[in-house]
Amino acid sequence: MYRYTDFDAAFVAERNTQFRAQVERRIDGSLTEDEFKPLRLMNGLYLQLHAYMLRVAIPYGTLNSAQMRQLAYIAERWDKGYGHFTTRQNIQFNWPTLRDVPDMLDALAEVQMHAIQTSGNTIRNVTADHFAGAAADEIADPRPVAELIRQWSTDHPEFQFLPRKFKIAVTGSPNDRAVTKAHDIGLRMVRNEAGEPGFEVIVGGGLGRTPMIGKIVRDFLPESDLLPYLEAVVSVWNLLGRRDNKYKSRIKITVHEHGIDDIRARVEERFALLRSAFTGVDQQLYAQIKSDFEPPAFNNRDVAPFDQAYANDPVFRSWADTNLSAHRAPGHAIAQISLKAHGATPGDASADQMRVMADLAERYGHDELRISHEQNVVLPHVHKADLPAIHAALKAVDLATANIGKISDIIACPGMDYCALATARSIPIAQEIATRFDQLKLEHEVGDLKIKISGCINACGHHHVGHIGILGLDRAGVENYQITLGGDHTENAAVGQRTGPGFSADEIVPAIERIVDTYLSERDSADEPFIDTFRRVGMTPFKTALYGESEKKQKAA
Amino acid sequence: MTVLIDDTGFLIADPTRWIDPEARIDLASDTDPAQLKSLLIGKELVRIAFPSFADGRGFTLARIIRQQGYKGWLRAQGHVIADQYAMARRSGFDDVEIDDDLAARQPENQWLARADWRAHDYQSRMRGLAA
Repeated sequence: MYRYTDFDAAFVAERNTQFRAQVERRIDGSLTEDEFKPLRLMNGLYLQLHAYMLRVAIPYGTLNSAQMRQLAYIAERWDKGYGHFTTRQNIQFNWPTLRDVPDMLDALAEVQMHAIQTSGNTIRNVTADHFAGAAADEIADPRPVAELIRQWSTDHPEFQFLPRKFKIAVTGSPNDRAVTKAHDIGLRMVRNEAGEPGFEVIVGGGLGRTPMIGKIVRDFLPESDLLPYLEAVVSVWNLLGRRDNKYKSRIKITVHEHGIDDIRARVEERFALLRSAFTGVDQQLYAQIKSDFEPPAFNNRDVAPFDQAYANDPVFRSWADTNLSAHRAPGHAIAQISLKAHGATPGDASADQMRVMADLAERYGHDELRISHEQNVVLPHVHKADLPAIHAALKAVDLATANIGKISDIIACPGMDYCALATARSIPIAQEIATRFDQLKLEHEVGDLKIKISGCINACGHHHVGHIGILGLDRAGVENYQITLGGDHTENAAVGQRTGPGFSADEIVPAIERIVDTYLSERDSADEPFIDTFRRVGMTPFKTALYGESEKKQKAA
Repeated sequence: MTVLIDDTGFLIADPTRWIDPEARIDLASDTDPAQLKSLLIGKELVRIAFPSFADGRGFTLARIIRQQGYKGWLRAQGHVIADQYAMARRSGFDDVEIDDDLAARQPENQWLARADWRAHDYQSRMRGLAA
C-alpha cells in the first residue's frame, strides 16, 4: 500500500491549516457564502438536506486496518456512529457540525487520509478496480497509476475551478470493474504490439441526466505520456466546456457538441505544447509509487479447513459460492463483505462493524481492505483456510449476507433521506426490494442481477447501467419510479432502455417482481443470466408483464 | 480603485507603470486560445480578466501563454480571492489586481498567508522543478 512521503504529509497538514482558517474567515465575513462554498466543497464538505456532510476520499478504494479503525473513531466521536460507503470509493459522514470538521480532517491526516477534491468543480478522487493486485484476470495493477494521478491532480493550480466536476477511473483488467466507460476519462491499461505498457484513453462517458458511453480518444498512449496527456484533455475542456448551463458543462457534452475528432485534434495540439513541461521526474515518482504496491508474501497452507466447512456448513457454502472471487495466488480468495444486509441501508457500516472488518484485515488479510463502487467492502488477499473463521466473525456483526452480485446487492444513492437534490426516496425502495426477495427465497434462483436506484436525474445510483435501473422522480408532489432495463456497467457498457410509464412507491416492488418472474420464465436455462436473456428476447415480454396486453395493442394501433 | 498584490503584499506603486499603453492588452476569460499568439505580439503587459472567482479559465490561459514563451508581465484582474493567490502564481501570473471592496474584506494578511506559493506544490514536484 502507498505510504505518504514527507511531502504528502506536509501538504495535507498545510491544507488542513488553510481550511481551518477558511472556516474562521467565513464566520468573520472575510469570505462570502458564495466564495466559501467551492472552498469547502474542494475539501469534501457538502451542505445537505438536514446537515453538513463530509465526504472522505479512499483513494482507489484501498485502506488498511488503522485507517478503517480511525473511520470508526470519527463516526463515533463526531457523527452518529456510522458511515456510508459510496459508489466512488468514498465514505460519507452525514451529521458533522461545521466547527468540528477541521478536527475531523486532522484526525484523518493522522492515518494518511484526507477529504481533498471529493467534491466541487475539481478532478475528483480517482477510482480503480477494487480487485486490483489480487484478481486472477489482471494484466497490470492500476493503483500506482491512480496514485500518480492523485498527486498530479491534487491542488493542480489550473484545475480547481473547472466548468464542472471531473472523474477519472483506471482499470488494469480486461473485465472492467471500474466502469471506465462512464467516466469523464477512463483509462484501460493495455500493451501495444511491441509489448510496451500504455493506456487506452476513453473520454466523455458519464451518467447523470444525459447518459453517455465514453469514446476512445487515444487507442494507445505510452505510459510515460500519461500526465501531459491528461493535462491536455482537462486543459482543453477547461476553456471549451460550457459555463452557461451546469447541465451542459461536463466533458461528455463538450465531446458530443464538438465531436470526438475535433476534441482529439485540440488535445493533441495542447499535448504537443505542454509535453516538454514533464521532464521524466514524474516517471521516477511513478517507479517509487509502484514499489509501495508490491504484492504481499502469500503462503502455501493446506486448504482443508475450507473444504471441511464447505462440505458441512450450508450457510458457509452459500456465502463462499456467492461472495468469493478468484485470486491469482493458489489457495487464496478475494472475499467480499456485503454491506447490503436485507432491509439495511446499502453502503452503511456501523463503527463496530468497521472495527471487525479492520481486525479481520489485520489478522487474516495482509492488513488490506478495499471499498467497491458497488458499496461493499473487500478483503482482497485471504487464505482459504482462514475463511471459516472470517465468516464466523462477520456473522456475529451481521456482515455475512451472501448476496454479492444478486438482486439484493443494490446500489442506491442516499436519496431524499439525506440529499438536497433528491426528488424521491431511494434507500427505502432498496430495502423493500431486498426484503421482498429474501422472503420469496428467490435470490439464488435468480442469480446475477444488478439493480441500481437513483433518487433523482443526477444518477448517483448508476441506474442507467443497472440490469434493472430505477429512477425516482417527483410527479406533482408524488414519488414516481421509472424503470430501465438492459443497462450494463462492464466492458460491454450500455445504457438501459425505459420500459414505459413509471410506478408509484407502492407499485414499484410488485413491478420488479413481475420483471423477475418474466426473466425466470423466459430464460433458456438456469445458466442464462438476466442480462443475456434480456438481450436475447428484448423488451417486449417485460413490457407486457408490466403494462399488460392492452397497452401493447394500443401502441400497435 | 484597485489594489495590486504580489508576494510582498499590497503594492504602493504599479511595477508596470512604465509600460507603453500600446504594449498592454486586456484579455477576456473566454479568449480563444488559438488567437493568443497573434494577440500577444509586441505586448509587455497582459491582464486576464476574472469576471468571477469561479471562472477558472484564466489559470489555463496564463499557463498556455507562458508555455508559448511569453516573458512579459502577466496580471490576473478582477474577482480573484486570497485563496486563489497561489494558483495564480503557479499558473504563471506575476501579480493580482482586485477592487478596493474585496481588498477591504480580504486584507493584506490573508494574501500574505498564501504568499509562500512555492511550498507544498505537487506540480513542481512532478515536473522536477525546485520547490
